Order: sequence, then C-alpha cells, then structure tokens
Amino acid sequence: MKRNRIFEILPLLNGPMELGQGRNFWILFCLFSLVLFGYALVGSVFSLSNLAIFFAYVPMGLGLGLLWGYGGVLSFGQAAFFGISGYVYGIVAGNLISTPGGTLLAAACGVVGTMTLAAAFGYFVFYGQVSGWIIPLLTLVLSLILETFMGQTAGYQWRVGSVLLGGYNGMTGIPSLNLGSLQFSGATVAYYLLVIGTMLIVYLGLRVLVNSRYGHAVAGVREDPERTRMLGYNVNLIQVQVFTLSAGLAGLSGVLYVSWGNYMNPSSMGLLAATLPVIWTAVGGRNSLIAVLISTVTLRYLADALAVRGGEYAFLILGALLLTTMLFFPTGIVVSLARRWHVWRKRDLRMPSSIPAETNQEREDS
Amino acid sequence: MSFAYLVSLLYQYADNIAFLLLAALGLMIILGVINVINLAHGELIMMGAYITTLTYHHIHLPLPLCMILSVIIVGLFGMFLERTVIRRFYNDKLGALVATWGIGLILSQGFLLLLGPSMQSVPLPEWTVSFGAYSFGGYRLLLFAIAILVTLGAWWFFYNTRLGVQTRATMQNATMTQSLGVDTGRIYLLTFAGGSALAGLTGALYAPTTTIVPLMGTTFVDVAFITVVVGGGANPIIGALTSSALLSMVSTGLSAAMGTFIGRIGLLIAALVVIRFLPQGFSGYILDMKRRRMAREAE
Repeated sequence: MKRNRIFEILPLLNGPMELGQGRNFWILFCLFSLVLFGYALVGSVFSLSNLAIFFAYVPMGLGLGLLWGYGGVLSFGQAAFFGISGYVYGIVAGNLISTPGGTLLAAACGVVGTMTLAAAFGYFVFYGQVSGWIIPLLTLVLSLILETFMGQTAGYQWRVGSVLLGGYNGMTGIPSLNLGSLQFSGATVAYYLLVIGTMLIVYLGLRVLVNSRYGHAVAGVREDPERTRMLGYNVNLIQVQVFTLSAGLAGLSGVLYVSWGNYMNPSSMGLLAATLPVIWTAVGGRNSLIAVLISTVTLRYLADALAVRGGEYAFLILGALLLTTMLFFPTGIVVSLARRWHVWRKRDLRMPSSIPAETNQEREDS
Repeated sequence: MSFAYLVSLLYQYADNIAFLLLAALGLMIILGVINVINLAHGELIMMGAYITTLTYHHIHLPLPLCMILSVIIVGLFGMFLERTVIRRFYNDKLGALVATWGIGLILSQGFLLLLGPSMQSVPLPEWTVSFGAYSFGGYRLLLFAIAILVTLGAWWFFYNTRLGVQTRATMQNATMTQSLGVDTGRIYLLTFAGGSALAGLTGALYAPTTTIVPLMGTTFVDVAFITVVVGGGANPIIGALTSSALLSMVSTGLSAAMGTFIGRIGLLIAALVVIRFLPQGFSGYILDMKRRRMAREAE
C-alpha cells in the first residue's frame, strides 16, 4: 500500500506544470545535486559557507515563484516575513539558549509565527476579494512599517526576556541551530548540507504541489478566479493558503540566514530587501520553479560580487536588469532561454514533442 | 482639554490631509484613468524635491519659480516614461507595477550616485501664526490651502473641460470612447504626465520641510499607497478626498495619543479593515451606491 503511494508521487514530480521533464532533465538534476553534496567533501569551510548563504535564500524565492507565478498574486512581503521569522527565532533561541532542542523550537516558532501573521494579513486581503494591485502595495507598506518599527527598538527597554532587539544595529549573538552536539553555524559543513538538503526538498516538494490537483486549482485561480469559484473551489481560501505557504518559505530562509550569520537587522526587511525576491522571480521566470531557483542563486552571487567591487552600483544594475526583463523578456530570462532551446531542439530532431508548460504561460491579460 | 489644544489638533489634521492628498492624488489619477500603479511615484516626488533644491541653490531663482520648474520637468519626464515603458503594460497591471518599481530603483540609486547621499535643503519660509499657547507654521497652512486648491483644480478639470470629459469617458469605457473619435493614447499620455507633474509639485512643496535624500520617496509613498488603497481608483477626486479625510483622522488621533509610529501602524490596520468591507475603496463604494440609486429610479 505504502509502495503504491510512492509511485503515485513520481508522475507528479515530472508533471507538466514545471519546466524540465524527461530523462535528460532528471539526469542533469541528479548530477547537479550530487555535485553540490560532493562539494562538501572537497570544498574549504570558507567557500562552503559562502556558497551556502546563496542557497539559503532559495526557499524565499521559490515561495514568491509559487505565489506570483502559479497563484498570480504579487507580493513585496517576502522580505518582511523573512525578517519576522529571523527576529522571532532570535528571541526564542536567545531565551532558550540552555534548553536542549531550544533552537529547533525557536525555528518552529519563527516559521509558524510568520505563517500566522501572513494568514491574518491574507484573510483581510483575500476575503475582501480586492483587485490584484492592492496586495503588492499593502505588503510593501507592511515591510516599510516593520523596518521602521524594528529600527526604533534600540535601547535597554526594548527587550524580550534576555534578548535585546537592538534597533538599527540589529540583533546580535543569535545562537545557531543545533541538534544535540551538532552545530549548524555558518562556518560548518553541517550547515552547508542542511541548506542544500532543505533547498532540494523545498524544490521537489513544490514541484509535487504544483502538479497535484491542488496545484492545478491554484493555477486555475490565477487564470480566472471567477470561473474557478464557479467550479466549486474556495478561491479565497486557496489564495490565503498559498500566501501563507510562501510566507512560511520566506520564514524558513529567515531562520537559515540567522543561523548562518547569528545576526538580524531591520534593513533585511526594508525597501531594498523587499525588492530582491521580486527581482529574482521576475528575472528568472515566475512560471517555473527551477528558473526561480537558478536566478535566485545567480543574482545573489551577482549582488555579492558587485558588493565587493563598488556596492553602490548593485541596486542600479539590479533595477536595470528588472526593467530590461519586464520590457524584453516578460516571461523571464531563464524561461525564455529554455523555451528557445525546446524550439531549437524540436526543429533539429523533427520530433513532435509538446511543451505543456508553455500552455500555462500565456496569461496576465485579465 | 482647552480650546487652543483642539485648534492645534485641527492644525495637525489639516497638515496630515494636505500630506496625504498631495502624495496620493497623482498616483490615484493615474490608477483611475490608466489602471496602472506607478511604483516610481515616490522617486518622481524625490525628483521634484531635488530639482527645486538644485535650481534654488545653483541658479538662484526665487522659490516659487523653482517649484514651477520642477513641476514642468517632472511632468515632461513622466511623458517620456509613458512613451517608453508604461505604454507596453496597459493590459498587464502587475507587469506595470514591477516595471515601474525597476524605474524607481534606477532613479533613486542613480540620484544617490550622481548627487551623493544628502543635500543642503531649501530654507523653510519662517512665517508663524500663534494661537493661545501654540504657534503654527504658516507654510504648513499654505500647503493645506494648496492641497485643497489642487484637488479643486483637478475636479474642475475633470468636470468642466472638454479634455476632462474625454478623460472620464476613457475611464468608463476606453474602446467606446476610441470609436467616438477620441485619441485615448493621447489621453493616457497626458494623464500620466499630469500625475507625474503632481508628484513633482509634491516634491517641490515639501522640499523645504524635509531633508533631501535619494530615498525620501518612501516617506511619501507608504502613506500614499494606503490612501490609494482606501480611496480606490473608481473616482480619483472623491477617493482622494474621502480617504485622506478618514486616514488623517486615524493618524492624527493615534499620533497625538500614542506617537507617530503607532499612527502609521494604525493607518495600515485601517486600510486592511476598510478593504475587507469595501474592496473597491470609498470611491468604488460611492460609485456603486450611485449606480444602485439610478437603477432604483429607473424602475
């Protein structure tokens, strides 16, 4: 019985709602995963730690990919949820520092707390059935307000238990995740493996989700909310669920980030931070999870490289990249390239292969 | 609670209304007519403030002339943006949002690189009006008067000029209006330019009151966004007036009692509650009521 259920998941993994099907893709994917895991054996701790932080942002990017690309809802709130989760983790972990398993509890608190807030926010927005442009505006305002709020929490009177909130200087000395004697702090192989594992699980899990019956309902809400409602789906509930899930993924990234750097500051949920997930998702291609994954890691790397040589140009370049993508590659750069490659291969082999993912991409006319 | 204290509350209320009206009106007109949210609105406001400050310090023009100049330049810049970018996103609201966000990033970071992190501001005209134990800034009162005048002017334009009638027709049904011989592309162009010019005016007017930094746009847009959400795009003028009147009441009350920050949180919560019950905002609700009354009368 259990065997059967596992075999039921496999077609969902390879379903049509995501780019990249067939043997070649999966061989590449497995090779790539093996390389990532194998690098842990050969790489220096410094390079592993640097690489790990690029991948730690992937759940946040994928969350927005799910929400915007599959659910049709644009949100600037990912950074806010990232920050909330990091702060909640810091508060709980800092107070339970001597309790065994305290950091795991803190991580759970961070993610669940974030999801609760997102669900409450989503209730007001989605059950009001507001127009599509209201959600990005209100989530942006949420980010700005949270940044201002955390920014003014300097001083001794702003503390929860024994943890100081720290104002603009940020919260420092946050303990890393640990499991018994295993420490997942930034400069460890364990942390690298944790991040890679989390990223792959999130990616594959979302792949199953978008190809499931539920995932088709989510895409249905994006295409035509009214029609989906008439087909008997609870559109408002689905939207709140997807919004909450994407916030939870941002929260996961937040916990991973805090565990890496032992530090959280208000600007991680400010205006510029709120921009980043949107740029990753738009530039990669919001209708494909793998495209978002690739662009998240690439653009994080790019931002890092730019910060080293003249950080003042980073956001100028990112802004220009975003505008160029929106003007010339509305479906995203990675997705456009993948599609061109499909067309080229089809012509080359004269093989009638269908690209079902493409049917989901003609949208945004409503 | 003395009478003078009430007057001072009223003064703060008027000050808040002026701020919300000026920050949001241009955004709202663009939303109402073109159905596009311009996320670079804050950066256009910032441009207005910069142009005023630069012309005041370097060309030594009188302040009102600097302000008029920034209105014109930002309006022209809006026209350029409409031609090059916004035009491609008329059917794609979220696309327009993201593209204008990119423009905003380029503008704010570009100004940061070109002109540095901050700039000497324009001196605030020092008129004061005292009442009881309180003294009020005359410039703030002037801002309130200008905000009301600008709103009235926009109303006059929409309801009493030929172009205004054509704009309202485009809002209601663009295809129908086009088939009646109105160039809707031109209407959109002029609307976007007008909305941008209003942003320039806001930046110019508030230039003497704030520090001039490239990220100053955000202090305007977070409240402007809430005002737009609460007001709705169905009728920009009525929406802007009703929503800024209500929101200023919330923020004045909360700020006086619990500080400015709680005032801002209160605004966000007020917006969430309003859209839970009036998803189209106040102006959508008013329009809906009007339609229902007309339907009832027709029976």
